[in-house]
Amino acid sequence: MDSLDKADKQSETNMLSVVKRQRIEDFIFHKLTLGFSLLVLFALMGIIVSLLINAWPSLSKFGVQFVWRVEWDIVNEEFGAAIAIFGTLVSAVIALLIAVPLSFGIALFLTETCPVYLRRPLGSAIELLAAVPSIIYGMFGLFVFAPLFAEYGQPALQSTLGKMPLIGGLFGGAMNGVGILAAGIILAFMIVPFIAAVMRDVFEIVPPILRESAYGLGCTTWEVVRSIVLPYTQKGVIGGVMLGLGRALGETMAVTFVIGNSQRLSASLFAPGTTIASTLANEFGEAADLHLSTLFALGFLLFVITFVVLSAAKIMLIRAEKAKGTKT
Amino acid sequence: MDLKIYKRRQLVNRVGLTLSMSAMGLGLFVLLWILYVLFSNGIAALDWAMFTQSTPAPGSEGGGLANAIVGSLMMVGVTALVSTPIGILAGVYLTEYGDQSKTAGLTRFVTDIMLSAPSIVLGLFVYAVMVAQVKHFSGWAGTVALSLIAIPVVVRTTENMLRLVPGSLREAAFALGAPRWKVATMITLRAAQSGVMTGLLLALARISGETAPLLFTALNNQFFSTNMNAPMANLPVVIFQFAMSPYDNWVRLAWGGALLITLTVLILNIVARVFFRDNAQR
Repeated sequence: MDSLDKADKQSETNMLSVVKRQRIEDFIFHKLTLGFSLLVLFALMGIIVSLLINAWPSLSKFGVQFVWRVEWDIVNEEFGAAIAIFGTLVSAVIALLIAVPLSFGIALFLTETCPVYLRRPLGSAIELLAAVPSIIYGMFGLFVFAPLFAEYGQPALQSTLGKMPLIGGLFGGAMNGVGILAAGIILAFMIVPFIAAVMRDVFEIVPPILRESAYGLGCTTWEVVRSIVLPYTQKGVIGGVMLGLGRALGETMAVTFVIGNSQRLSASLFAPGTTIASTLANEFGEAADLHLSTLFALGFLLFVITFVVLSAAKIMLIRAEKAKGTKT
Repeated sequence: MDLKIYKRRQLVNRVGLTLSMSAMGLGLFVLLWILYVLFSNGIAALDWAMFTQSTPAPGSEGGGLANAIVGSLMMVGVTALVSTPIGILAGVYLTEYGDQSKTAGLTRFVTDIMLSAPSIVLGLFVYAVMVAQVKHFSGWAGTVALSLIAIPVVVRTTENMLRLVPGSLREAAFALGAPRWKVATMITLRAAQSGVMTGLLLALARISGETAPLLFTALNNQFFSTNMNAPMANLPVVIFQFAMSPYDNWVRLAWGGALLITLTVLILNIVARVFFRDNAQR
């Protein structure tokens, strides 16, 4: 009996030590994984702080006016962000104007009309458009698209839209293919896959019963999409569009190739311009002192703008997700 | 029945669906067009010399991309080694430990934003904290910049894949007395293996073509070098420099490099998809 009791005690202490060891191991593993996931947060804070520190000489010299100053004089060290911000916003808006209807069409086709066996391959093909590196879009834009655009696209636009009052001036000037409009068009094709993917995903979560009832009432496919699917997925669609906008604002290589890179403000969309990202890519190599600091200030502005847009997109998508949970 | 309204609705429907189909067609057309352009221009540069010789001097004939290919492979390889454990463990935290906590929510939010953050700004950041401090560009700096892009991709896919693992599997392991860390590493991660691999492949595909973050970090090197502490040649930056140059030979090599990089990225993507689908169906 005694020996049995002893063995019992022995195994109990063994158990305890195993449990203790496992507690410690678990504690270490927990903190380890926590540390790595906090790394992402620290990276974000590090980015904001380091950009701000490096941008400080420029920001303190030009103040808030930096945002709307149009000077860009490297020799006399007079800088303003207005031209780059203008180019960034205009090219992104052009991209959205083209990409949103295209993405809507693609998402509609993939969810409503496409035969089931083609859905996966066609959807993947569109997603592959997103996988093509942006520098490839740049080369394609500069060597293939720009010459064609100069020869056919721009004259056609000038002789139609260019003749109209008010907006006619947008399509004036020299037609050499590169410029803000060309950059916007290339950007559009780069962001279509992102917007289309989100739209397709939210279209698919519409409860079949809503769709079927509308069809039962005699609606056409178009009417079902316009008055049932779109209103139901509103938030998700807006989130997807914002996501595309965020991408378009920060895109560098494709834009650098086709925008023409000129620090001048022009009323025509055919004229060369610049964006924040392409200014960085072009001038960073030769920049020093205040010029360098100004480029950091531009980078900081770009980061803040995209951060706001992407946060808004994310919040919209989270809300869409929540709505899905309550309504189905 | 009012035939006119009926006809009109039918017409609107037909026009709408036709437009939607042409949007799809346009998307496919652009993809095929880009591939066609790449092949027709790039195939001429694709010869043995491209893989064995280094980048030529301005204006000279011949040469290849060997130094850039090796540089890219090294940087992408080291990035994969660095970001795989970090990304996977962070993903484990988000599902197994943090789950609904505030820290996890915030991390998730920030990771999603970092996924789409402008990559050129990440390059600026690494320039400020690494290159400006040691006063020279380096392969290491390029690796750090690429890791900043790759980690969020790995974190998010790992998390999504771990969430697909049924809770009953975890509970069964817990019931046997397994500690959390063992459940995470030996049960859930193993069950989600193929999904996590897919995430890694997608991250690799993403960073293989990134140019902007390398401009200010690894820069470029005209000569063959495997020193990670010095400026390092890499395919994207070489393509950027060569494509914008006035020399025919450089432009030819740029197309060759562009074809190489796109094929790599597309193959990685397709392998990731097929790999995941085959394993998911099992």
